Amino acid sequence: MISKRLTKSLFSRSNLRAVIAIFVFLVLWEVGSRSKDWFGFPMPWVGHVPPPTAVLVAWYGLLGDPGYWQSWYMSTLRVLAGFLAAMVIGIPLGLFMAVNKTFHGIVFPSFEVLRPIPPLAWVPASIIFWPTQELSIAFVTFLGAFFTIVINVLGGAKSIDPRFFQSAQSMGSSQWDVFRRVVLPATLPSIVVGSAVGMGITWEVVVAAEMISGGGGTTGSGGGLGFFIWNSYVGGSYEQIVVGMISIGIAGFVCSELLRKLGGYLTPWLRKR
Amino acid sequence: MSAVMQDLKVPPQAGKAGGALKGAIRIEDVVKIYDPEGAAVMAVDHCSLDIPAGEICMIVGPSGCGKTTLLNAIAGFHSITSGKIYLDNELLCGPPEKPMAQPGADRIVVFQNGALFPWKSNIDNVAFGPMMQGKLSKKEIYEKARSIMADAGLSGTEHNFPGEVSSGLRRRVEIVRALMNEPKVLLFDEPYRALDSLTKSVMHEALLEIYYKNKVTIFFITHDLEEAIFLGHRLVIMTSRPCKPKKIIDVDIPHPRDYSVLTSTRYRQLMDETVELVHEEAKKAFSAGEKEG
Repeated sequence: MISKRLTKSLFSRSNLRAVIAIFVFLVLWEVGSRSKDWFGFPMPWVGHVPPPTAVLVAWYGLLGDPGYWQSWYMSTLRVLAGFLAAMVIGIPLGLFMAVNKTFHGIVFPSFEVLRPIPPLAWVPASIIFWPTQELSIAFVTFLGAFFTIVINVLGGAKSIDPRFFQSAQSMGSSQWDVFRRVVLPATLPSIVVGSAVGMGITWEVVVAAEMISGGGGTTGSGGGLGFFIWNSYVGGSYEQIVVGMISIGIAGFVCSELLRKLGGYLTPWLRKR
Repeated sequence: MSAVMQDLKVPPQAGKAGGALKGAIRIEDVVKIYDPEGAAVMAVDHCSLDIPAGEICMIVGPSGCGKTTLLNAIAGFHSITSGKIYLDNELLCGPPEKPMAQPGADRIVVFQNGALFPWKSNIDNVAFGPMMQGKLSKKEIYEKARSIMADAGLSGTEHNFPGEVSSGLRRRVEIVRALMNEPKVLLFDEPYRALDSLTKSVMHEALLEIYYKNKVTIFFITHDLEEAIFLGHRLVIMTSRPCKPKKIIDVDIPHPRDYSVLTSTRYRQLMDETVELVHEEAKKAFSAGEKEG
């Protein structure tokens, strides 16, 4: 029964379409990359990109390379550190700004001036501020998620229907009850959305920060996926550049998917019926 | 039965404890002036009204006339500018000492579009008030919630989220949630406004059924005359903004009522008497709105 359903869902029309689309894309890419050898002239743009088969071969070679996995490990660690710090500081800050007008009045103006600054513009300053390069990369990663999380939490908490407060109060809720049983659950969907978007930004930021700052390690292979890509570029190994890029795509996808699952679990009332 | 069948202008004794019914509201000369940016707008104009305990009092008036302001003052959500409101001879609010009533479980509001917590299951919503008040144990509360939901025909929906049941059932859950607090007064703010007329008729009978079991005072705001005459002991027709009672009409159709009332001659007569009064105010409100716009 279950296997039947699984087969059905695996071979559903939309999945089949996705598989065919990816396959066609890879074939076109392969043909485009090898156009110089096969037709005598390089196709514009793709003509200079390593073909997918070469990328797969390079990838296979890297699977046994501890340096490659070290890059994964370093980047993931930085993303997690920055992201968790952004959640731990950002969620209470957003909530507190939403419930306290004075605090909002004091903090929000500075917050709004700092928010539009791209996280990467912070790289030189944070290298100066923080004692180690590791900390400065984590800090820039933190900024990427922080502003998004705060603005989502604040917006979510401020748009709660006042009738929820009124009915909770009528039924004898204390201030703390209102916060815990109305403000928190009502803001949860915004927290989930803010975190998912923030997670995407941390992956963008961590890679760029690693490229700029040199990856935090002195040895070439210890500096994270961003440094891995940069190093491959400097070393002229174009297949590895693509491997690095796809690795980041996979990492970002897995993180988003995990957050989405967790978010769905935390907000069961929003599940599609 | 005959005792119940007679007009409930003076409602009978409460079933429990044998004591007198509670929940009499007295509104004395209440004025509410909104003052946004110095442009004083009078919403309620020297309004006085006596609602005996256990009465279904229907407040009828055009949209935006200030009925909800009155309801919010009783509930304790908004202040009043002058006057006094009493519940069972206890002062709820009366400026200058007490411009705003304290919200409390003795006066529960059933809101226009419903204010069930979407993140709580229906039974958790129903149990919310007693859980907050902490007078009973959790087990007792959920037992009571289950039985009161079963009484209202809500068995089987206990563990659904409000978003998973029909809007009619949702309204019923909300009334049941209000009743769990054992309020003296239920304050309805056009609760059936968004429902289609068929669902509405079912909801009206369901509300009366619940009312016959739990005789609480009902302060019911509406602009639907059919609803007002069908449900109410009395109709209080309000003037358009600023609002005060224009005419009070006794609905001398005996309770318990069912939907056959709508075809009775008395119902037609009452409709004829009131429709002109309400229409007049609606026109006034409409042209005032045009001037403002």
